[in-house]
Amino acid sequence: MNEPAKGQTIEEKQYLVRFKADTRSHLHVLDADICATKCPDKICTIFCPAEVYKWEGIRMHVGYEGCHECGSCRIGCPYENIKWEYPKGGHGIIFRLA
Amino acid sequence: MAEKFDVIVVGAGPAGTSCAYTLAKAGVNVLLLERGEYPGSKNVMGGVLYRKMMEDIIPGFYKEAPVERPIVEQRFMMLDKESALTFSYKGLEWGREPYNNFTVLRAKFDQWFADQAVRQGALLVNETVVLECIVEDGRVVGVRTDRPDGDVYADVVVLADGVNSLLAKSLGFHKEFRPDEVALAVMEVLKLDKKTIEDRFNLEADQGCTIEIFGDATKGILGTAWLYTNKDSLNIGVGTMLSGLIKHKLKPYELLEYVKQHPLIRPYIQGSEQQEYLAHLIPEGGYRSMPKIVGSGVLVVGDAAQLVNAIHREGSNMAMTSGVLAAEAILAAKEAGDFSEKALDSYRVNLMNSFVGQDLQKYKDATHHFEKFPHYFEEYIPLLTRAASQMFTVDGSSKWDKQKKIWRDLGSPGKKFKIARDIYNAWKVMK
Repeated sequence: MNEPAKGQTIEEKQYLVRFKADTRSHLHVLDADICATKCPDKICTIFCPAEVYKWEGIRMHVGYEGCHECGSCRIGCPYENIKWEYPKGGHGIIFRLA
Repeated sequence: MAEKFDVIVVGAGPAGTSCAYTLAKAGVNVLLLERGEYPGSKNVMGGVLYRKMMEDIIPGFYKEAPVERPIVEQRFMMLDKESALTFSYKGLEWGREPYNNFTVLRAKFDQWFADQAVRQGALLVNETVVLECIVEDGRVVGVRTDRPDGDVYADVVVLADGVNSLLAKSLGFHKEFRPDEVALAVMEVLKLDKKTIEDRFNLEADQGCTIEIFGDATKGILGTAWLYTNKDSLNIGVGTMLSGLIKHKLKPYELLEYVKQHPLIRPYIQGSEQQEYLAHLIPEGGYRSMPKIVGSGVLVVGDAAQLVNAIHREGSNMAMTSGVLAAEAILAAKEAGDFSEKALDSYRVNLMNSFVGQDLQKYKDATHHFEKFPHYFEEYIPLLTRAASQMFTVDGSSKWDKQKKIWRDLGSPGKKFKIARDIYNAWKVMK
């Protein structure tokens, strides 16, 4: 029999990564109204590889602390509604291996 | 009075460090800025580093650098739900000098490489984000960093700030990239006993293997998965065009799990332990997505210039060559005392005449073609695996009958014509 698979969820995967979070977010939704009224798919909540974006019924929660700084949300948001900067020097994700 | 250097290089990845190393070795006063805690801490790649371009910079580097395994076998797997057609080249000449390529772990390798640039005299400053270029009279004269009193000046600024290329964008060298110009890659490093790796991949102790996986690994959308052997770990990842993830509403980490759980992949990684999870973008727009790469007092290199050959999974080697060519252009400009766009343009000319520019031109339509016509992955790979299954299954029917059936299964004459046209078109964009 195969062993039971571990570490499948994004929460478990994110737990493997080292982060040094800044106190302020480097990701900003520019117009909260656009997410609420114009964007039924909320596709950022799907393609973000770290599930940084979570729709909470009425607003977008941005968990910037777990961001891999890949840039997908800035490019993939259909309304160009995300202001994307790098975290302060030395902060954010810290890859240890690959 | 603000500090002034001959050259500021933004980003200590393969492109930036190659440039800084070459300049420092020639006696140029160079500042290498890195936003991470250390070089490599923000960098990700599948894991293959090509020997030639690195050795052009540091001969015999592999004797000291933290490389994992020299690759002696490259497999290409066309994967269906529970079958695969695999093509492989194994050559023991790749296992000895001069070697072809090595797997590397970037957080280790990039630190080592940047350290070599420092030994040549480059000044490396970590934990520093460049917010913008300082422009005076249409000329880049320095950078503004996020440090207090963070303005630094230089004759030339080299932008090696990676795939997002925010600085070149803010100079107007390119527009924001589209989702069909970038691939989103997610990867895991899996710890696995050295001996187990060697048994599973048919390797000796000092040999490595790479597997590129097409088809069902990306559920038919444009992209690839990969499985590479390190010394005592595996890199398994999957990269697809961001536009494909959006169109099919796929979560990248779920796609990675799908690959890991695939019945033909799972046995390779069984019993391994997850060590790290990583996500990064790959610039895959190719030649047509290249920004302007030379301006007055400024050059763009590596991923920031979108220098990736997605078909041959080359990128870090192109980055290194671009870094060296940028350094050489700067040295010539310094000699002439002229850092204008015209004086620095030899970088662009030499880059486009090198393998970097030539290969980008060769495949300039490839990504867009396969992006536009996903049935190469969705339909043709299952068609091939089915044909192989029919041909190799011994069931009492003659080989002629089998061939007839395979031919019949291709579909109507119209369908066959379409396949022939697709093959021709694929050849056309790859030739």
